[in-house]
Amino acid sequence: MSTATQALTDGWVVAQRNLIKIKRVPEVLVFVLISPIMFVLLFAFVFGGAIDPPGSVNYKEWLIAGIFAQTVVFGATFTGAGLAEDMQKGIIDRFRSLPMSSSAVLVGRTTSDVVYNILSLIIMALTGLLVGWRIREGVVDAILGFALLLLFAYAVSWVMAFVGMLVPSVEVINNASFIVIMPLTFVSNAFVPTETFDGALRTIVEWNPVSTLTQASRELFGNTGGFAPTDAWSMQNPVLYTLIWVGVILLVFAPLAVRQYRLTTSK
Amino acid sequence: MIRASGLTKRYKAVEALRGLDLAVPEGKVLALLGPNGAGKTTAVRCLTTLLKPDAGSATVAGIDVLADPAGARAKIGLSGQYAAVDEHLTGYENLVMVGRLYHLGKSRAQARARELLERFDLSEAADRPSKTYSGGMRRRLDLAGALVAAPPVLILDEPTTGLDVRSRQQMWDVIRELVASGATLLLTTQYLEEADRLADDIVVIDHGQAIAHGTADELKATTGGERIEVVLADVEDRDAAVRTLTEIAVGDVRVSDNGRELSVAVSGRGAGHLLHVLQGFERDSVTVLDAGLRRPTLDDVFLSLTGHATEDAVAGTDDKNKELAK
Repeated sequence: MSTATQALTDGWVVAQRNLIKIKRVPEVLVFVLISPIMFVLLFAFVFGGAIDPPGSVNYKEWLIAGIFAQTVVFGATFTGAGLAEDMQKGIIDRFRSLPMSSSAVLVGRTTSDVVYNILSLIIMALTGLLVGWRIREGVVDAILGFALLLLFAYAVSWVMAFVGMLVPSVEVINNASFIVIMPLTFVSNAFVPTETFDGALRTIVEWNPVSTLTQASRELFGNTGGFAPTDAWSMQNPVLYTLIWVGVILLVFAPLAVRQYRLTTSK
Repeated sequence: MIRASGLTKRYKAVEALRGLDLAVPEGKVLALLGPNGAGKTTAVRCLTTLLKPDAGSATVAGIDVLADPAGARAKIGLSGQYAAVDEHLTGYENLVMVGRLYHLGKSRAQARARELLERFDLSEAADRPSKTYSGGMRRRLDLAGALVAAPPVLILDEPTTGLDVRSRQQMWDVIRELVASGATLLLTTQYLEEADRLADDIVVIDHGQAIAHGTADELKATTGGERIEVVLADVEDRDAAVRTLTEIAVGDVRVSDNGRELSVAVSGRGAGHLLHVLQGFERDSVTVLDAGLRRPTLDDVFLSLTGHATEDAVAGTDDKNKELAK
């Protein structure tokens, strides 16, 4: 078996182990399913009356892509927390003493989190349909939209996997990622239109990959209301720009995370 | 089967291992005996490729653990101090997962899991999440995990630390069975009694170095041989008894606080000395309640080797007292 195939098959065994937890710890399932519903409803009804996006689209419809982007990015915290927990428990000693691929624990964790993200996207989409969100482009475009969301989330998972092995506890990773991900998702066009930002802040918003991910999803779902994005190259080419981020993050953080896994001795 | 030479490992200011040498021949059991912080776990981690030593070398089943860690791992079953099981998975799921990560294939991994659960008396609990298991059950599950791929070399890091007396006894039975079936075993322990019962050979380790090596009997001999202990019926006889004991004593005669329990170290054949003492007592009309030869325990060995008692020795005594109390 080649190294890559072995990493994938070993990774899948570890992913299955992580997925069994959904059954055993129903609280996790609740977290995965309830919090996206909460986000959709909160934003739709709290900000729905206050914000009027440009173009002919209503806020609830326009908002959903932003909620999708925010939720899958936050979902990566799960990867970090799961790994931080594993590193503290004895099970990691078993993994490390087996003749398995050294990237399998990470491949498994990031893979099982894709499954979590698929679940939460389904739930959010259903809730979105209830409050007035519609897919207005073709099915293929919509599927591409979901695929881009999952791909970006997968890349961020590797960042959090790396961070998860550096921190001493699950609590630390939860708080640390909150501090980073909150600004990242709020200083973006996920909840308010790019036009409402001024000066330097607008430039940050335009080049923030969460913005371009949101913009790309809006375009693929047909939720822009026919309104053109701002002139920045990133906003004009949101799919390509987002994919570049995905590539760069994976190239940098996947090797870093695997290296860190090899270096980290369990506590 | 296991060979290590000059293993050295330093953590910042602490030298955890200072040139440790070990050798375990095929089919033999070596106990690495020492108190907390002696370097036992560090040694195990170096041998099992979990930790890279700063200096020294080690081979397991002929494979250099530094040059070919993955190859070495395939030959080693490790059961650690903290049971390495996933608490959310059932016992069965844990073992199947380990089997698949050893690349046994799904159906062989499943068959092997059932077989090991049966062998370790866990069949009934097989489909319960392992977090519902008792400490002893978790250890047995962990040990089963180490045996999934039937590795030729087993390394057990403090297999009974923290277990109650009954679970420890059960674990000993399991380990004895493994040894009887021909496993090569390295085990670390803080319990002197455990090393004595399970191991062919004992290496006593303190501050990262081997300070003694031999069979349990050889180690006991290093404390200066046997002691004669007598308990007098009447404290009035004490002076006469001390006179007789002094004739054959090596060193001083130890007298207990109540003046009735006397003990003395002897050299050479203890039985001859004991006879001499009893004849002397008979002549002087000294009545004894009890008289006997006592071979030194491993606790005595540790004390005489290191010059300091260990907390573990104290804990070990407590355990024995508990056992007696039952």
